[in-house]
Amino acid sequence: MATQSSEVQAALSRRYEAGFVTDIESLSLPPGLDEDTIRALSAIKEEPEWMTEWRLSAYRHWLTMRQPDWAHVRLAPIDFQAISYYSAPKNKPKSLDEVDPKLLETYEKLGVPLHERAKLAGVAVDAVFDSVSVATTAREQLAKVGVIFCSMSEAIREHGELVRQYLGSVVPQGDNFFAALNSAVFSDGSFVFIPKGVRCPMELSTYFRINAGHTGQFERTLIIAEEDAVVSYLEGCTAPMRDDNQLHAAVVELVALERASIKYSTVQNWYPGDENGKGGIYNFVTKRGECRGDDSRITWTQVETGSAITWKYPSCVLRGDRSVGEFHSVALTHHYQQADTGTKMIHVGRDTKSKIVAKGISAGRSQNSYRGLVKVEKGAVNARNHTRCDSILIGKKCGSHTYPYVEVKNPTAIVEHEATTSKISDDQLFYCRSRGIGEEDAVSMIVDGFCKQVFRELPMEFAVEAKKLLEVSLEGAIG
Amino acid sequence: MLKIENLHARIAGTEILKGLSLEVNAGEVHALMGPNGAGKSTLGNVLSGRPGYEVTEGTVTFDGANLLGMEPEERAAAGMFLAFQYPVEIPGVNNTYFLRAALNAQRKARGEDELDSMQFLKLVRGKVKEMGMPAELLNRAVNEGFSGGEKKRNEVFQMALLQPRLAILDETDSGLDIDALKQVADGVNALRSPERAFLVITHYQRLLDYIVPDFVHVLDGGRIVESGEARLALELEAHGYAWVRDRTPAGAGA
Repeated sequence: MATQSSEVQAALSRRYEAGFVTDIESLSLPPGLDEDTIRALSAIKEEPEWMTEWRLSAYRHWLTMRQPDWAHVRLAPIDFQAISYYSAPKNKPKSLDEVDPKLLETYEKLGVPLHERAKLAGVAVDAVFDSVSVATTAREQLAKVGVIFCSMSEAIREHGELVRQYLGSVVPQGDNFFAALNSAVFSDGSFVFIPKGVRCPMELSTYFRINAGHTGQFERTLIIAEEDAVVSYLEGCTAPMRDDNQLHAAVVELVALERASIKYSTVQNWYPGDENGKGGIYNFVTKRGECRGDDSRITWTQVETGSAITWKYPSCVLRGDRSVGEFHSVALTHHYQQADTGTKMIHVGRDTKSKIVAKGISAGRSQNSYRGLVKVEKGAVNARNHTRCDSILIGKKCGSHTYPYVEVKNPTAIVEHEATTSKISDDQLFYCRSRGIGEEDAVSMIVDGFCKQVFRELPMEFAVEAKKLLEVSLEGAIG
Repeated sequence: MLKIENLHARIAGTEILKGLSLEVNAGEVHALMGPNGAGKSTLGNVLSGRPGYEVTEGTVTFDGANLLGMEPEERAAAGMFLAFQYPVEIPGVNNTYFLRAALNAQRKARGEDELDSMQFLKLVRGKVKEMGMPAELLNRAVNEGFSGGEKKRNEVFQMALLQPRLAILDETDSGLDIDALKQVADGVNALRSPERAFLVITHYQRLLDYIVPDFVHVLDGGRIVESGEARLALELEAHGYAWVRDRTPAGAGA
């Protein structure tokens, strides 16, 4: 498919005379960020003019902003000029059969057997390799019921009006530093549209993966569920080992109209760095869903075991009356990992409800923070929130922190917060061992039990995966 | 089977066991009695390998192997079981899952085939029925929200499932009403066999009305001060521990 890359080259040269390199394996833009980079990126992706302008206005906004420093994390300054903002496998396949077998092999290793998953498990997988979506399965079946599930690039080209209507409507361009950066340079991601009255016939799933070195990955995902639509979406993330820190700044927007329901589950296993804290992904993500219609529901479930630094607060804006927002989270940190994660529940409509269940597990020398905001606006009569926040410590050198923020502007609100911090008790460990269960197995069993409440929310096959992930991540935590 | 010789052990610097010797053979039921602080539970904990106890002198062999050099899970695989005085709750961990993990870990360590889910379910359901346990036990988390009596019965149930060769019951009767006591005793009696031995640690004689021991030992001040047959327990009940102390010259051991 060499023709395709020369087409790209041609498109690019129209607006951007120099500055991108094509090596044999991938097409990349050189490191650096300015308006020309954004124009070049937009050209490579053959985007319409409005999209290019949208990116440029986000970029201009970003230039006025400063990187936030309020999170309980420590990091070296990020050189945004040292990052390459576009990297894609050169040969773009038209169908699954054309996908490079080596690439498929990589996915197999990651446990994403595209063929199997598509056929046996009934899961449609939109796999993102670096920045371009390389394979999308089960689309035909979905198309029959009117569901659109494709890469964001394709959606911009094929479903421009929908994208234009909803993009940035939940997370505005200038929402925060990393969201603004993402808005300017996002490379790809997933687009899901469930039309009125349709219950999506299968779980939708995307595996993101950072492959090339020095490549920031900036996905942008947009999910729209129209009136009475129902969808469950899962993203899984892994990245190979690298010595340097890589930046990952994604934005996910969910829109639920009247009576619609969106369930968004994440299993995040980006490279956490080694046991000395070297390398690992910086995961700075903005995820927000808006229950725009009455009686709508958005549920976030996340299992976070990876990344050197995680900065992430999947949130719900409960605008519709009687809408419901839920957040279920397990965040595990080991070695030198730092996680500052939680949620925001913004009650705007009447009789809105939210529920937060956050479980933090810290081991090694890691720092694990829960940060959550429950906000009840003036008009949110009878708002209800229940927050439960538990943390468990393994060893003596890790830290666990809880930062709950509550802002209530309506006197009818009931907001509850429960929090516990405990250590894996020696008694529990000894009890398991006295029954014949080895120490490491006992630890993962106890931790798994601790997380049960959240795992229950995951689709079954991913619950199994999440459990395995915890086991692997906790290896050597006792010693 | 179990041979303890001149065992000295301490916890947090305080010596609790001061030269304890005891031999338990297959098929025997030994009762270990004694006043509070005599070292009864310490013995159970030292034998099962609970961290924090330091053995300063003496030897313990189990089937000829040096028990004190083994990890707790190795002792379990070798056939030792401790029914806890205070069974621990493990929230969120399903009982069936826990028991299967335990049994399979032991089987694996012994070089036996592990049981798959179906085989295990069949086994465990059979045991639930046999022991008259409530079926919902299998769906609950390990000891979570159990009453004191339920926890103790669950210990005996685990023992029945794991089929140890030496079972140590650490004050399994404490806190039980008479019905629960009988159920626990029935469970233990059903497991009595020529291949299996029991060390029943108790403060009161009443358990021994139901689990009739072959031998009774009185532990005081960290060593066994008197040994005898089942009758000894009744005499103790009648006279109290002071009676033993009066009969035993200071400093003498059994």
